[in-house]
Amino acid sequence: MENKEYTLSVFSENKVGLLNRVVSIFTRRYVNIESLNTSESSMTDVYRYTIVVTTTEEMVKKLCAQLEKQIEVLKAFYYENDEIVYQEIALYKVPTAVFLEGNHVEKLIRAHNARILDIEKEYIVLEKTGHKSETEALLRELEQIGIYEFVRSGRISITRPMEQLNNYLKTLEAHQNVN
Amino acid sequence: MKYYHKEETANGQAKSPVKTEYISGAEAVLKCLLAEGVDTIFGYPGGAIMPVYDALYDYQDQINHILPRHEQGAIHAAEGYARVTRQTGVCMATSGPGALNLATGIADAIMDSVPLVCITGQVFSHVLGSDAFQETDVIGCTNSISKWNCQITRPEQIPEAFAKAFYIANSGRPGPVVIDITKDAQNGKFDFSYQSTKYIRSYHPLPKPKKDAIQNAADLINAAKKPFILAGHGIQIAGAQEEFKTFVEKTGIPLGCTIHGLSSIPNSHPLHMGMLGMHGNYGPNIKTNECDVLIAIGMRFDDRVTGKLSEYATQAKVIHIEIDPSEINKNVHADVAVLADAKDALKALIPLVKKKSYPEWYAEFAACDKMEYEKVIQRDMQANAKNEMRMGQVVKEVSDQTKGQAVVVTDVGQHQMVAARYYNYLSTNQWVSSGGAGTMGYGLPAAFGAKYAQPEREVVCFVGDGGFQMTLQELGMCSQWNVGVKIVLLDNNYLGMVRQWQQLFFDRRYSSVELQNPDFLKIAEGFGVKGRHITDPKDLKEAVAEMLAFDGPYLLHVSVEKEENIFPMVPSGCSISDTRLE
Repeated sequence: MENKEYTLSVFSENKVGLLNRVVSIFTRRYVNIESLNTSESSMTDVYRYTIVVTTTEEMVKKLCAQLEKQIEVLKAFYYENDEIVYQEIALYKVPTAVFLEGNHVEKLIRAHNARILDIEKEYIVLEKTGHKSETEALLRELEQIGIYEFVRSGRISITRPMEQLNNYLKTLEAHQNVN
Repeated sequence: MKYYHKEETANGQAKSPVKTEYISGAEAVLKCLLAEGVDTIFGYPGGAIMPVYDALYDYQDQINHILPRHEQGAIHAAEGYARVTRQTGVCMATSGPGALNLATGIADAIMDSVPLVCITGQVFSHVLGSDAFQETDVIGCTNSISKWNCQITRPEQIPEAFAKAFYIANSGRPGPVVIDITKDAQNGKFDFSYQSTKYIRSYHPLPKPKKDAIQNAADLINAAKKPFILAGHGIQIAGAQEEFKTFVEKTGIPLGCTIHGLSSIPNSHPLHMGMLGMHGNYGPNIKTNECDVLIAIGMRFDDRVTGKLSEYATQAKVIHIEIDPSEINKNVHADVAVLADAKDALKALIPLVKKKSYPEWYAEFAACDKMEYEKVIQRDMQANAKNEMRMGQVVKEVSDQTKGQAVVVTDVGQHQMVAARYYNYLSTNQWVSSGGAGTMGYGLPAAFGAKYAQPEREVVCFVGDGGFQMTLQELGMCSQWNVGVKIVLLDNNYLGMVRQWQQLFFDRRYSSVELQNPDFLKIAEGFGVKGRHITDPKDLKEAVAEMLAFDGPYLLHVSVEKEENIFPMVPSGCSISDTRLE
């Protein structure tokens, strides 16, 4: 079975230490986490992890089953890239001096649809959102003219199919009330 | 942390406002245990758990506390207790080394689905993370070996955490949970009240069998020509022995037990074809690769059962009845997956399956049995040419004299396989052993726990000379509580299983497997345990009788053939079709 990039969406209760359990499910099976993002979801008390891995579909299914086995995990889904809209954000710190030498940087910013977040005497901070290849492309060009610092976030994603979790949780709450 | 729980009342009405008591966290721990019906704790005191031990002083009339000689002894005893009663075992230890000494048992319990609540003391919350004395990150260390764990830093968190812990430990697929309580949470006082729980929003342990899955399973079963059942631990965990027997007898399908499936149906049952796995019986292994429908019930296709996966039952349609969704399609693809507790699934299946019989198919098993008897069993039942006893004949003697009714507890190694193969299991919940984890040192403390839980049953503990020496200090525990475990030490002066592998697969290069053993009887005597050493087969019968007649713990030290090998054997990485008889 061939390796592919998969994005996992994991919904969980907010519990100290759960991240550790989540991560060890991957490390135990020698699967490298390429990116990980976690934040509160649209539902109060429900946290959402977005995890990117490159592996086989068989493995990603097993990973989801193991994730759902964790007591505080509500649901785990996996998607191929064409099933999601996804984005990453990157920040670049570049010397102010290079801005003053002609309009090269201005052209780059326009071409890459980046924006300026902060201007200081020493440096300027640029922001660009996009897929990894896009933020990477801007990085390569900025490296030509000098860059102090670069950072890229984990991936976040929205599914193309309508998200079912809200409904799922409502069913659970209803179940609780019946009992 | 937020907990979701509901209160259970007999008439379904809300209870009147709950009465509270202003007590310490330490006392609350004990009240929680009492509310969950716990009467025994296996534990070892130390600095960070001292407040609970102090509170225990006033509860000695309500809770028994068993003091082992090592925390590992505590947790294996709790496992033995849980295995025979199917109730949650409770063990307790202090922080740091105390907690870490539980780790082997926690890992053992998750592998073999044993319900445990493990309570560990922790340093004061304000020094967490400062490398304080006897501080270890218990939560971090137990993440991958516990079903659930949580740290408590305030006394108010105690009741909800315990309610959750007991629910999680013994629902769905059982497993160990860890509650780590800082010392200040034990010392602090709060308004205590307790409500047990059966609801956690994110946890759904008991899936109901789906109608279409049951129907598909029944259709496959009814159309089968050579069906075969794999009976796992899940049958006894679910308490489904009756349903299982009914199912087997109605369908007429022959069965093989996994190692933990032993005693889910009596060995004497005509459709019980023996044990599966690396050292299982010949027929069940060979026929797995010849059947047309394989019905796996409450088992997880462990590699010791399947051998080489790519050559495992590839010809068969597989029905997998299992409560843990993560086990479905983990190792073996299921054509029909019934996600349910074995009892519910079998209840649903029984009315849909046809009454059938497969005489020609049974005859194929009988032919395998004959081969195995001639090549293996016959030899195992008698002393060798030098008049040295073989392990099989010892186990057989114990089996005969206990009429197949004893609880059999084992350690790990050759003797374990022999005990699994040659004890004649005629009762139920009578097999207590470390399967998935293969934990040497498990036997003696687990036997203590089993006997302590069910003193009315005969408990025989088979150990090897290697594993026995890992936890033989627990003779002290047996002696102190006068718990009459009957220990049969099968001593071949080797780490026998490793030696067997070295002989067969490493050109007899015996690397670090020979032991200089102590005088076991003197050691037993030192602990106040009576014993006897035999070397001559003619003494066996009478020595076993003497052991069984003795009131109290007893060590029967049996010197056996030094280089005995366990057969049949599926060599590691080989197909079960290549099971070797010699």
